[in-house]
Amino acid sequence: MELKLKLEIEDKGMISLFGKSGAGKTTLLRIIAGLINPDEGIIRLDEEVWFDSKKKICLAPQKRKVGFVFQDYALFPNMSVQKNLLFSLENKREKSRVERVLEMTGLSELKDRMPSSLSGGQQQRVALARALVRNPKILLLDEPLSSLDIEMRLALQDEILSLHDKLGLYTVLVSHDHAEIFKLSREVFVIEDGRIINAGSPSKVFWGGRISGKFKFLGEAVEIVQDGVINILSIRIGNNLVKVVATDEEIENIKPGDQLMIISQALNPIIKKVDLKNPYAS
Amino acid sequence: MQDSFYLTFYLTFKLALITTFILLIIGVPVAYYLAYTRARLKPVLETIVSMPLVLPPSVLGFYLLVTFGAESFLGGFIIQTFGVRLVFSFEGLVLGSVIFSLPFMVQPIQAGFEKIPESLHEAALTLGKSKFRTLFMVLLPNTKPSLITGVVLAFAHTIGEFGVVLMIGGNIPGVTRVASIAIYDEIEALNYGLANQYALSLFAITFLILLLVYIINRRFIKGS
Repeated sequence: MELKLKLEIEDKGMISLFGKSGAGKTTLLRIIAGLINPDEGIIRLDEEVWFDSKKKICLAPQKRKVGFVFQDYALFPNMSVQKNLLFSLENKREKSRVERVLEMTGLSELKDRMPSSLSGGQQQRVALARALVRNPKILLLDEPLSSLDIEMRLALQDEILSLHDKLGLYTVLVSHDHAEIFKLSREVFVIEDGRIINAGSPSKVFWGGRISGKFKFLGEAVEIVQDGVINILSIRIGNNLVKVVATDEEIENIKPGDQLMIISQALNPIIKKVDLKNPYAS
Repeated sequence: MQDSFYLTFYLTFKLALITTFILLIIGVPVAYYLAYTRARLKPVLETIVSMPLVLPPSVLGFYLLVTFGAESFLGGFIIQTFGVRLVFSFEGLVLGSVIFSLPFMVQPIQAGFEKIPESLHEAALTLGKSKFRTLFMVLLPNTKPSLITGVVLAFAHTIGEFGVVLMIGGNIPGVTRVASIAIYDEIEALNYGLANQYALSLFAITFLILLLVYIINRRFIKGS
């Protein structure tokens, strides 16, 4: 697949990359980090040129100040949390920096633990901390929260947001989660087959810019089953699976995996706070 | 009689230790190269490294003899320049053993490297670390069981080697006469008692070494 993209990030901004797996999002992050080199093009950060095919400039990954948070965290299993962070230091005299980052990410108590003994959320936090120790100019987050449960995800989203604001760095987030994109970024790029097919603010991209009192959800088609004369369409909305009845016309172009918008018009919703001990009691 | 018994074992383990040590130094870079190279020649190199696995030891021994014999060009050159004779000498045994045990060291370590997730490697790069530091700080510590396997296999295989040793070293007591050759020699002389003494000792020692390594290895796997 050919990847052909042009995108710009506003000063110290955070953008999201959205798209199906295989669309080229991770490849783009790897290109920015210098793990893969593009055939042609330019990568520039502020005034620093990292890659320019015409001028034959290509900075080694070690020379690019990126903080890459990998999807599988890529923590070094042979080192404790603290050692993972110390390893990333450029200047061994800056040990206090490790302490600071440990504190900032709430990891001080876990600093002597080995990665394998940590929960997914804690590992994620260590991966983020390790990326920050290097004092990067740009943070690359490859679906950093996709394997965490919803509570942990929300907590870490807050953390990413506050760290981003505090440290003032560019951030590129790859995400599948609409809510996450809304919460974290002001600009989203939708990538399909290696091309940017849509870009703008999350509400413009996902809602088409119109705001109304209607109920709208974004979801993903999971399954279409024909039951007698009707079609039952299963849609994943966030973490919930919802089944709706759909007409033949509606499902004509829909196949599992498609992104859908579900709009409900004449509906008066009942909103209740959930009792966590007994969520389904009415 | 007792003296030559101990001398033979001393020689056997000296050979195995030196061979293993040299192989560790050669094996790690070779395994690293084979694990990460994208060169088109990779299958050819892998084949060359693995050849001793399938080749009869006598074939290798024969070519070593022809290549490094005093009458050959290379053999003569080495004798004149370094003053080292590589056939019917201990140095020759080391050379033969290193070549013959190379796959036993390289293959486990290469497999160990290949098992490490690519992202660990890349994480170290994006954290600004050189390939050299990544190798010693990240890759090698995470291939410990493979390293141990490689060391043990190379060591045990060198102790057990017979064909190459006989071809290139012969049977010179105190110089090239290792345990496996001694057994053969004693049997030819119908000295079954002594042959049994060699054989049983070899059996017991190698059993203990392997057992020890498997126990250590289990700890490593449990610990990590």
